[in-house]
Amino acid sequence: MAGVQVANLSRSFGAHKALDDVSIDFADGGFYALLGPSGSGKTTLLRQIAGFDFPDTGRIAIGGESVERVPVEKRRIGMVFQNYALFPNMSVADNVGFGLSVRGQAKPTIASEVQRALDLVQLGRLGGRRPHQLSGGQRQRVALARAIVTKPRVLLLDEPLGALDKALRVDMQIELKRIQRDIGITTIFVTHDQEEALTMSDRIGILRDGRLVQEGPPEEIYDRPKSEFAATFLGDANIFRGDSTGTGIRLPDGTAIAAAAGATLAAGARASCAVRPERIRIATDSGTSDPNANMLRGQVSRRIFAGNSSTYFVDRDGQTLKVIVQNTGVERLAEGQEVVLRWSPESTVLIAAN
Amino acid sequence: MATTRFLEWCGRLYIWLLLAFLYLPVIIMALMSFNVSPFYQLPFEWTTEWYASLWQNDQLISATWNSMEIAIISTIIATVLGSAASLALYRHEFRGKKVLQALLFPPIAIPWLITGTAMLIFFFGVGIGRGLFAILLGHVALALPYVIVVVSARLQTFAPELEEAARSLGANQWQVTSRVTLPWIMPGVIAGGLFAFAVSFDQFVVSYFLSTPGQTTLPVEIYAAIRKGFTPEINAVSTIIIVVSMALMLLTAKFFKFGGEK
Repeated sequence: MAGVQVANLSRSFGAHKALDDVSIDFADGGFYALLGPSGSGKTTLLRQIAGFDFPDTGRIAIGGESVERVPVEKRRIGMVFQNYALFPNMSVADNVGFGLSVRGQAKPTIASEVQRALDLVQLGRLGGRRPHQLSGGQRQRVALARAIVTKPRVLLLDEPLGALDKALRVDMQIELKRIQRDIGITTIFVTHDQEEALTMSDRIGILRDGRLVQEGPPEEIYDRPKSEFAATFLGDANIFRGDSTGTGIRLPDGTAIAAAAGATLAAGARASCAVRPERIRIATDSGTSDPNANMLRGQVSRRIFAGNSSTYFVDRDGQTLKVIVQNTGVERLAEGQEVVLRWSPESTVLIAAN
Repeated sequence: MATTRFLEWCGRLYIWLLLAFLYLPVIIMALMSFNVSPFYQLPFEWTTEWYASLWQNDQLISATWNSMEIAIISTIIATVLGSAASLALYRHEFRGKKVLQALLFPPIAIPWLITGTAMLIFFFGVGIGRGLFAILLGHVALALPYVIVVVSARLQTFAPELEEAARSLGANQWQVTSRVTLPWIMPGVIAGGLFAFAVSFDQFVVSYFLSTPGQTTLPVEIYAAIRKGFTPEINAVSTIIIVVSMALMLLTAKFFKFGGEK
């Protein structure tokens, strides 16, 4: 096992900057998600770490050893591909044993290691099958067993759950996390699914246009996004734009919004505030609550009932805000109703304008 | 019910007519190779006389061996070179690749008569001249585009992630090719090889231009023999070749499913 360090990594394809000065420290034994929209560079970064492509500038180290010019077959990594990439001409056992076999291991050793790996992914008795005889979830497990049986220094996963249906995906998320903990391998996981990134990883790196936008534990990024992009890409957020007051912003209509979290900005600068929809309380009257709370009035334009919660879209001053309310059986507001929105400054993140 | 049965019957008739169209001439020739009369006269009288005299016909025998030898060697060379070229074209991007690929097709369309003339002139120019070696070179050149086209078509169905997966597991270039890529494209390689064999073994025009009286192939020899006067030995040698090549085809079809993986 080993940590992975990426420093000032850049890679261009023609005029397109796929990676632009990216630096991330992947801790030994950690589970790291690279999150971003398509074209953000997350897959390019993974392929650089794997060694399928070499950087223009910058360094990559695995376990302290510089590898940026080492070809993939010599990097001792394990990789799971989006479409699994199982060898169709080989049995499950031969697929899993491939990495050991090309290293010239003895047949009995290979057989026992393969069995161990298949047991770990709970496919112990399917070694004789062919890949086309397996379900999607089973192929996924075979691909994982094949990637870890060689005891790689780092496990790279390229949207490995993308091809599975929702229920199976949740099962596999738990399973993958369990296996990763069991063997304690440094894991780097590429996904565009924010929920997957939040639930599985110790740390998340958000990429956009080849640049690292923000990096940190899921809670930190969710609670303290440093940009509008990070706020809206990881989870939902209501964004207000105005001028900084030092402790919040003033909207163009004069309304002040207090923010107790986020950046420290000089008064007068352009700034934004982000509020998560579930942090906003919605009511029909002003009530007698905390005088420090931020407050806005608006009108419910749409309500979407989702069983355990409802999402309200509230129009105010040309902006539509999103509010998520847990279903406690109490607040059932109709479309068209005038409402008051309230939320605490602690739930409000001040963000410098991009 | 009645119409369905009628249509079914029509379908069967169609298949039989098709097979008859394909095989009747061949079957008649095979039968005549066992007929006493050298002039296709009936009634049919059984004999193996022509096979016995074929055995004595040194020219025909040696031409047959030449043909086999050239077909096998040129098939091996064309298949190996062609498959390697297809792999290179599949894996690498380089300047002029599109032009190179486009230039692979015209030789298939150029009439063999013209290719043959060009080869004859060229081989004389560079000092190779005529003979079996010239024929071999010519056949390899004729077969190469076919192999590349067939193997490249098969490679289009290959998922490039498979090679990446193999490399990520520590396989070097040779292990990737021999254990992952080749098994997948093998049906294409076999099909390309069969094409190459057929192009060489059937080849008359180019062989005719490049052969010398002593050093010739079976089609050229048969043509020469027929011009001198027809003998049932031709039927005999043709029958042997048909039986052998059909057996080869059936064997290949048994081991390799054409028309894709199931």
